[in-house]
Amino acid sequence: MKIVVTIVGKDRVGIIAMVSNILAENDVNILNINQNIMDGFFNMVMIAEMSDKSEMKFADLQKTLKEKGQELGLDIKAQNQAIFDVTHNV
Amino acid sequence: MITTDDIFETNRMITENKLDVRTITMGISLRDCAHPNIDKFCQNVYDKVTKSAEFLVKTGEDIEADFGIPIVHKRISVTPIAIAADACKTDSYVPVAEALDRAGKEVGVNFIGGFSALVEKGFTKGDRTLIESIPQALASTDIVCSSVNLGSTKAGINMDCVREMGEVVKRTAELTRDQEALGCAKLVIFCNAPGDNPFMAGAFHGVAEGDRVINVGVSGPGVVKHALEGLKGADFTEVAETIKKTAFKVTRVGQLVAREASKRLGVPFGIIDLSLAPTPAVGDSVARILEEMGIEACGAPGTTAALALLNDAVKKGGLMATSHVGGLSGAFIPVSEDEGMIHAVNQGSLCIEKLEAMTCVCSVGLDMIAVEGDTSAATISGIIADEAAIGMINNKTTAVRVIPVPGKHVGDTVEFGGLLGYCPIVPVRNQFSSEAFIARGGRIPAPIRSLTN
Repeated sequence: MKIVVTIVGKDRVGIIAMVSNILAENDVNILNINQNIMDGFFNMVMIAEMSDKSEMKFADLQKTLKEKGQELGLDIKAQNQAIFDVTHNV
Repeated sequence: MITTDDIFETNRMITENKLDVRTITMGISLRDCAHPNIDKFCQNVYDKVTKSAEFLVKTGEDIEADFGIPIVHKRISVTPIAIAADACKTDSYVPVAEALDRAGKEVGVNFIGGFSALVEKGFTKGDRTLIESIPQALASTDIVCSSVNLGSTKAGINMDCVREMGEVVKRTAELTRDQEALGCAKLVIFCNAPGDNPFMAGAFHGVAEGDRVINVGVSGPGVVKHALEGLKGADFTEVAETIKKTAFKVTRVGQLVAREASKRLGVPFGIIDLSLAPTPAVGDSVARILEEMGIEACGAPGTTAALALLNDAVKKGGLMATSHVGGLSGAFIPVSEDEGMIHAVNQGSLCIEKLEAMTCVCSVGLDMIAVEGDTSAATISGIIADEAAIGMINNKTTAVRVIPVPGKHVGDTVEFGGLLGYCPIVPVRNQFSSEAFIARGGRIPAPIRSLTN
């Protein structure tokens, strides 16, 4: 399943490292990263492939990312990519 | 290939503009539950509903989390009880409503609809029993919704039922008077009711439907309003194009959710209802879309035209986004459920008579309107007859959901809570009597379908 991870919040050292770590630990392969910083605000979109064999359920991954984000003052969402495909592709 | 901008746009639609899927509604046929013994029938109904919808709520929540899209309600609609229970030897269907209430609560849904009768042509004994039972059924249950279809373009209007429903609305208000007549908020009186509507209070599982079906109702007034905010002064061609594009995106989300729900539950997909359903929350209002088009306050001259354009563009945009469209499909204008409508009533720009005109060009009808508690049954029947006539002649669904709140007068506000919202008492300006008209009874014949002026 392809997933989209979005991160919005104040920039700081190690955001990508932290998220990448969590994904790597759970067998999630990053396909694409796009980030920019505007007025000190960090915007990042990551597209990744979650293996069917991953031991973690998607819901648990969402929870982990969300909690980790809250600790660092970031809004981190993980969503099934299909919702973006349907709203932007005919 | 989706871009970063696309991703942030979709998430902004969800978080800032309140894009949501209003409801996943599972339709369940109760035709195989018939039994002459009412207790046995109720048990059959309870068993069938709880078994069929066991995983509905959990599945809805899973989909919500997976895609990050709120699914506000999970609901059930059942075969009209007047049909399913017709074989029961009883003079009250209140126990059936209570069984539905228990079953719905057991599986955790927000509403269960289908305490209904289809009587546009005439009554069976079951229809009579059901209509008699409505006030008590709505007073003794929490999540059961009731509807009566009393007119259609093919059959005309059953004026005996119109008369009775005025009384039923009044009795329901009386029996639920300590909850601001909340029972009436769960009772819809239809002309041309669709059998695949996922929205409450009018949802029932039509007689032509399969055993089980998944219908989805989308929402998204906030998204449309936001899209129009960038179009100040643009002409109507551009306005219509923008609404179409937005409705397309909103509906695609509904289609995705419907397909997933259908797959995960192993229940066939029925239809997407292309509706703009408001909520009382700020930023989720149909009235505010009309105002964004340039009407100072909803109800001012131009409102009907604005609504006609909106309603039509939503359908055109939504149609291509889904494989099956049905239900009510159009913009809703429920007063108490729409922050902008409530504001418009409060400042005197919106009245029942203007709302009646608006119902000619949009989905459904006079919806969630609180009126003074001493409004007579005949006046309510007169309002029902007018609304049914609009539906019958224009070959569309219309409905009435008025709430005569006992002890309340113009100037008071009533609070229903949740998605049902709150409403200032709307004046029924014309107090001349409809008594003799309603007393006639009989049927208004079906209309001619040519010579359409």
